Amino acid sequence: MILIGTWLLGVLVATPSIALALDSTTPHRSITDTRFDWPSWDNIVRVAMLRDHNTRVVVLGTSLLGLAAGLVGTFAYLRRRALMGDALSHATLPGVAIAFLITGQKNLTYLLLGATVTGVLGVLAVLAIRQSSRIREDAAIGIVLSVFFGAGMALMSIVQSTSDGNAAGLNQFIYGKAASMVRGDALLIGIAAIVVVVGTILMFKEFRIVCFDQDFAASMGRSVLSIDLLMMGFVVLTTVIGLQAVGLILIVALLIIPAAAARFWTDDLKVMTIFAGSIGAVSGWLGASFSALLPKMPTGAIIVLTAGALFLFSMVFAFRRGILAGAVRHYRLRRRIALQHLLRAMAEIEERKGGPTEVASNELLTMRSWVMSDLRRLAKRATGSGLITKKSWSELELTKLGRTHAQRVLRNHRLWETYLIEHADIAPSHVDRDADEIEHVLSEELINELELALEAGQDIPPSPHDDDVAVVAGAKP
Amino acid sequence: MTPSQTLPHDKVPQDAVHHDDDSPLSIHDMTVAYHRKPVLWDIDYAAPQGKLVGIVGPNGAGKSTLIKACLDLVPCASGSVRIYGKSYKEQRHMVGYVPQRESVDWDFPASALDVVVMGRYGQIPWCFPPGKKDKDAAQHALHQVGMGDYANRQISKLSGGQQQRVFLARALVQDARVYFMDEPFAGVDAATESAIVTLLRQLRERGRTVMVVHHDLQSVPEYFDEVLLLNMRIVASGPTASVFTEENLQKTYGGRLTLLSEAAEAIARNG
Repeated sequence: MILIGTWLLGVLVATPSIALALDSTTPHRSITDTRFDWPSWDNIVRVAMLRDHNTRVVVLGTSLLGLAAGLVGTFAYLRRRALMGDALSHATLPGVAIAFLITGQKNLTYLLLGATVTGVLGVLAVLAIRQSSRIREDAAIGIVLSVFFGAGMALMSIVQSTSDGNAAGLNQFIYGKAASMVRGDALLIGIAAIVVVVGTILMFKEFRIVCFDQDFAASMGRSVLSIDLLMMGFVVLTTVIGLQAVGLILIVALLIIPAAAARFWTDDLKVMTIFAGSIGAVSGWLGASFSALLPKMPTGAIIVLTAGALFLFSMVFAFRRGILAGAVRHYRLRRRIALQHLLRAMAEIEERKGGPTEVASNELLTMRSWVMSDLRRLAKRATGSGLITKKSWSELELTKLGRTHAQRVLRNHRLWETYLIEHADIAPSHVDRDADEIEHVLSEELINELELALEAGQDIPPSPHDDDVAVVAGAKP
Repeated sequence: MTPSQTLPHDKVPQDAVHHDDDSPLSIHDMTVAYHRKPVLWDIDYAAPQGKLVGIVGPNGAGKSTLIKACLDLVPCASGSVRIYGKSYKEQRHMVGYVPQRESVDWDFPASALDVVVMGRYGQIPWCFPPGKKDKDAAQHALHQVGMGDYANRQISKLSGGQQQRVFLARALVQDARVYFMDEPFAGVDAATESAIVTLLRQLRERGRTVMVVHHDLQSVPEYFDEVLLLNMRIVASGPTASVFTEENLQKTYGGRLTLLSEAAEAIARNG
């Protein structure tokens, strides 16, 4: 991670010459301007290949920003502090306006310094409200966020009215405009991002334990307050350097979305951190590229949309925790359960007839509420897996493997039924359906405990209810 | 064992320092309040060396708070705590802690081994990652609690009992002399319960003192040498055989709202 970071920074520093703002040729337009120019193919290639110095600078700067935000965002997300970043970013606006009013110039360092001061004040205000009253954190964040942002907007209007045109462009801090970054800006962002990346890697162990179990960390003498302050410090730094490229409204997305997306892919914190950093970096890269192609689009929006697309993709397709993987697991379980139902039904018929025997599908049909087509498809699948043999539809028989399997399922079913009757006081007529759901997911350990609780032997206990027989008897008049 | 350690806490001589320096845990005149509402009043206690001590009392009696106050996790309104005669700050390397299982989010991205290694973090300087020695120690501790095969299992995929054993393994790698365990038996399966009991007895054999918050009154005489009956104040403490009596239990659990809790409510309302 450090290597990638330093490489990115290296390229950034090596980028020669003064770069002019890409959009310096296009006059500033409001975001409500509805005209829209699609970029030419030539232009797309130029940006994608990073041919312009300025594009290179901006793309690398925002990528580093995304990397830093992804890393520190992972911990803010796990510490449930991500929304604090939102209060923080909105609270930077009055600082930007005040810094401009005091200095009278658009010097990025001063502006960001002002942003930091009011941003930190905003965070402190949230903490103070939470500490000294019964107001909860979400409400405190809402209050601080809106009041500081309101103050910022008021100050901005004062700035606009007193500084005849000089202040044009301050609005970029609200919506973000990566394309307006120059090399010096990108360098500042890059250095700050590297500080955050290195700091997060060094503090990995401390951040991990505070996120997981702060009481335990404190009991070992780790100062949770210092670790939290450092973490929030990194969040502040990331937010402030992200103001220009992403804008204060949307910067919080870069802290939350990569972390949330990465969580879908892995259960390992290290891997999650690396994924989140990468997702952040890619979002920054693509966002800045699009911003260069579509100068009228606010960069923050594009970066966030890119991150959002990656999040959606992760949520659906991640192998570990994604929706699709979950659906596949569910489907497989359903298939296994259907197969086990068939096997159990055959074992029950054999049990009643007193030994291995051929079973007709009509006979099976009476055992459960299934239709013939499903039953036949199931039987074909079982034949394919070598669990039963089929001479004809009236001559199905369990193979040796199938019988072992079937008897185990039947035994689990009976054990669970017995347990429900004896230990959970559930009426015998109800236990069949309950056991039906459970028997397929019983783990080895649970079965051992069941055996212990019931003092069961290795044989299959008899059915505690006789409605199986009744159903069969009723079906055969 | 010195004679003073076998005495119940109210018979411990109260000298000028008010603390029993040989005791693994000595609490003097501790009062703890949450949001100005007192939850523990005037606690005086000295734990005997090398015993298993059960902390027993009804819900809201301040059992967890007592442990947290000993560990400096909640501030004391008054009073002091000594671990082997010195403040907790100086002695924390001697102390191990098992928080309540529900106090953390088990969906956290970590394996069982990751969590157990955290027990060693106190011995690793800031900014340094845990090394092979720490991982080996963690693996060994997992074996001790019968979880050796689950080291790489994601913690959310463990059963409640297994998660509890992971927490115990984490305390084991702390290699402490005094352990504080907050309801380790809550909601665990039979296998885990017996694993914990075995472990507690092993710790006792090695001369460790273990303070355990416990809910199940029936098993108290079987598991614990000493018991501390708590309901906002110490009702009684000492050897289980003499203290764990019908009468003392009646005093601890009887009457939902004692005058103490009524007073605490009043302080909170008017505070």
